[in-house]
Amino acid sequence: MRHCMSPLDFTVEELDQMMDLAARIEKDPEGYAHVCDRKKIATLFYEPSTRTRLSFETAMLNLGGSVIGFSSAQSSSAAKGESVADTIRVISCFADIAAIRHPKEGAPYVASLHSSIPVINAGDGGHQHPTQTLTDMTTIRQLKGRLTNLTIGLCGDLKFGRTVHSLISSLVRYPGIRFTLISPEELRIPDYVREDVLEKNHIPYEEVIRLEDALPDLDVLYMTRVQKERFFNEEDYVRMKDFYILDAEKMKLAREDCTVLHPLPRVNEISVDVDNDPRACYFRQVQYGVYIRMALIMTLLEVTK
Amino acid sequence: MSQEHMLNIGGLHEGVVLDHIPAGKAMDIYKRLKLDKMDCQVAMIMHARSSKMGQKDIIKVEAPLEHLNLDALGFIDHTITVNIIKDAKIVEKRDLRLPRKLINVIHCKNPRCITSIEQGLDHVFYLADEEAEVYRCIYCEEKYHSAKKRS
Repeated sequence: MRHCMSPLDFTVEELDQMMDLAARIEKDPEGYAHVCDRKKIATLFYEPSTRTRLSFETAMLNLGGSVIGFSSAQSSSAAKGESVADTIRVISCFADIAAIRHPKEGAPYVASLHSSIPVINAGDGGHQHPTQTLTDMTTIRQLKGRLTNLTIGLCGDLKFGRTVHSLISSLVRYPGIRFTLISPEELRIPDYVREDVLEKNHIPYEEVIRLEDALPDLDVLYMTRVQKERFFNEEDYVRMKDFYILDAEKMKLAREDCTVLHPLPRVNEISVDVDNDPRACYFRQVQYGVYIRMALIMTLLEVTK
Repeated sequence: MSQEHMLNIGGLHEGVVLDHIPAGKAMDIYKRLKLDKMDCQVAMIMHARSSKMGQKDIIKVEAPLEHLNLDALGFIDHTITVNIIKDAKIVEKRDLRLPRKLINVIHCKNPRCITSIEQGLDHVFYLADEEAEVYRCIYCEEKYHSAKKRS
């Protein structure tokens, strides 16, 4: 039995197989509509996350399965003080697979140690969010046709943005990847990502401050939100949140085939006047998120078609 | 106290001698190895003359090796020499290494780590980088340097 705690739990070959499956599902959703009949996913969300939870639930429903779970710690037995270990032991009796989001880092891993069903980390604090990374990778692969030889621009909050760290760690395993890291000085990529991931793997990268300077060279622009909850005070947040706003004017600098992605939700870092630009792919990214979660559920449940 | 229950500081009949402890560190090791909680006699020699180190500390413990947490000792300082004594003679010298895994030797200080709230959860760290002597929490990957590296 396997769990999914980090995108690096899977080899490049395994990821490619999963993304191939997601592509087959996209082409023929009807063909997969009953592969998980009578199977149940438990979505155990100890903190609110509407889109990730609904994406998991949609994925299971699309596969013919059903859904149980809770969407906040207050509506779970955690409010009574139950441990994660006990909760997953109980849930293992009800469901076939579980997706867990928890504000504490490592909580899904603790669950996996005590679980008799596969556990998927659906986000644990600022630590890991593997299905977002799988979503990002699948989107790039489907839209660009490859995960190799790409210049990827990452823009916004590169310091606290776990999706950025996770995406970098996953993409460095593919040849010919270059990064352009676009952020204010205060929100630059942490040293451990720069040293332990980029420099250790001899990955070419540059750090720039102005989005306009980076745009003309990018195959992919990955925008991120400056998250209010990552700041200790309101003043810092207000000062930095508008630093990097992509609008139709800036998009004129981007290449014809540039792909703009965003893990969502956006606040105002992508102006709504970009939404109708064919290069804006962040809503398609959400759809790919469902396909790859379907593929992940099938893989962990060892369901074949 | 009868003669047979006295620990001879000069020689140890049965037990373990921790040698080449950096001068002044013996008390810290005494506490970290929880020797105060063990039902055995312990002798500490501090600032002893050493040709190799100038000055060193030595701890003699009248207890079998299995009673000492060598992982904790390796984490504290893997250059300490462990001598196993039987019949008042050194029968084995044990080299310490940085342990691959530490269980409840150090505690994760990351307030966002699950160890901060989950009951009965062991604090487990793995050796992430042997050269840099870096450990990481298995739950949240918080980084810790070995005690020697930090001192």
